[in-house]
Amino acid sequence: MAIDKETVKKIAFLSHLKIDDDKIEETEDEFNKILNWVEQLSEVNTDGVEPLVSVNDTNLTLRQDVVTEGNQADAVLKNAPQAQYGYFTVPKVVE
Amino acid sequence: MTKLTELTIAQARDALKKKEFSAVELTKAYIDEMDNKRKFNAYVLETPDVALAQAQKSDEKYAHGTNGVLEGIPLGIKDLYCTKDIRTTACSHILEGFEPQYESTVTSKLLNAGACFLGKLNMDEFAMGGSNETSYYGPVVNPWSKDVPLVAGGSSGGSAAAVAANMCAAATGTDTGGSIRQPSAFCGITGIKPTYGRCSRYGIIAFASSLDQAGPMCKDVRDCAVMLNVMSGYDAKDSTSAKVEVPNFEAFLNQDIKGLKIGIPAEYRPEGLNAEISALWDKGIEMLKARGAEIVNISLPHTKYALPTYYIIAPAEASSNLARYDGVRYGLRINGKSLDDMYINTRTEGFGKEVKRRIMVGTYVLSAGYYDAYYLKAQKVRRLIRQDFINAFEKCDIILTPTSPVTAFPIGDKSMQENPINMWLNDVFTVSVNLAGLPAMSLPMGLSHDGLPLGLQLIGKAFDEGTIFKTASALEQDAAFRKGIK
Repeated sequence: MAIDKETVKKIAFLSHLKIDDDKIEETEDEFNKILNWVEQLSEVNTDGVEPLVSVNDTNLTLRQDVVTEGNQADAVLKNAPQAQYGYFTVPKVVE
Repeated sequence: MTKLTELTIAQARDALKKKEFSAVELTKAYIDEMDNKRKFNAYVLETPDVALAQAQKSDEKYAHGTNGVLEGIPLGIKDLYCTKDIRTTACSHILEGFEPQYESTVTSKLLNAGACFLGKLNMDEFAMGGSNETSYYGPVVNPWSKDVPLVAGGSSGGSAAAVAANMCAAATGTDTGGSIRQPSAFCGITGIKPTYGRCSRYGIIAFASSLDQAGPMCKDVRDCAVMLNVMSGYDAKDSTSAKVEVPNFEAFLNQDIKGLKIGIPAEYRPEGLNAEISALWDKGIEMLKARGAEIVNISLPHTKYALPTYYIIAPAEASSNLARYDGVRYGLRINGKSLDDMYINTRTEGFGKEVKRRIMVGTYVLSAGYYDAYYLKAQKVRRLIRQDFINAFEKCDIILTPTSPVTAFPIGDKSMQENPINMWLNDVFTVSVNLAGLPAMSLPMGLSHDGLPLGLQLIGKAFDEGTIFKTASALEQDAAFRKGIK
């Protein structure tokens, strides 16, 4: 399955990344190289094979829905590029 | 007299107990070595004051007899581990200045055991790479380099170089597709990736969560056992952490391997395999045979599909894990006109080329219309790869293979730069183990014609690191690999 320039732009958009116009062709080539290479998986017969999601055989366990380490607002905000009044702040989204 | 920095953890631990030198003296010796060897670019952050304060406390504990297992042992920590109030960036620009407000489970276990932290070690950005060249802080130089600077391997390149050059007693690493084992082989040290679930992933910056696993990188096999015992154990904060007992790994060293069945997979000797590496493998087989182990030929038929499977699953998980870097809660923020612009500007500026490549591949294979053809298909092949190992382990107790198809190559190697797949092929002997969730160790076994370290890999059954330690200690004695570099 080869991809085209439009698909490259779409994937970049979904990834929240910007690709300069003069780099789109290079990215497209690289993507097609990678996709051609992974294409070899189609040789493998996987009829009736269950996908392996986790190598852990044990099921996830349940726990009580309780606060473990609360009241840490200052620590949570410590690394924020911008914070005010105990909140993370972002560019205005509502006019 | 041996320099303090050349001592293994086990040797230093015994000497500290006997008060032959103090923890502060030992730490100072390492700090001097770090000063002298900055050219290797192994550390991205040095924390001598933190280490000395910890060493001082360690000396008090030795005086009172309340010392822990790693009391006063100076360690280097891969920059992927969150360390409280100590800058942690995964060697990415996007985590510029990030100071975690909590400690990863593994590093807190090391601290509780008395270890001193010398600093944060260089690595490929978000552990994505096999040469340490994707680091925002530049590549690590392999201490074995002669005229041309060579890579230390990756992603745990700083860890491997620091251990090899005696810039720490031991280091932490992480391994998603070979990131502990390949740099260990390139730098002539010993590193083990334990079974998936053995060490908690809590506080280790996530790359591909179903594959990531922490492990120690050390001067010898015994040190790996000592470190892994401290690092292992169930942790409620990691839902994939295993509730299994952690045996005393040191107790397996020097055990008799007579009658042990060693599996040799045919698929790991492809046509054109480097002759020296092939010969080294044969040498390892002979050593084990001479000790009475039984050599069993096995087959892992889906081996050739492991790399393409890995390069679908790992980027898919990475694209999801790295969605959190948006300039809002931590790290870099590049402002924009709108919220979306801010996200896009931050991510475009903050991530390096390889990371962006993998985010985009991952986004593609998970996107509508392609999910079944790529991601689901890869997960099915992953099960077949795991089943290969389950079948093989019915015939053998442990598997012996080379760690890497190549030795350390020059920094900036052209063929690797031109085609990302060439770089990815270096993981050919290591990725299957992560896909199957198994434990595996790389240990140095000899030198190439041009004087570069060569490693062999031991792969064990799930949660059977013990057999790896038993076999590795035998190989280590027989190979008598020269430890450290002067």
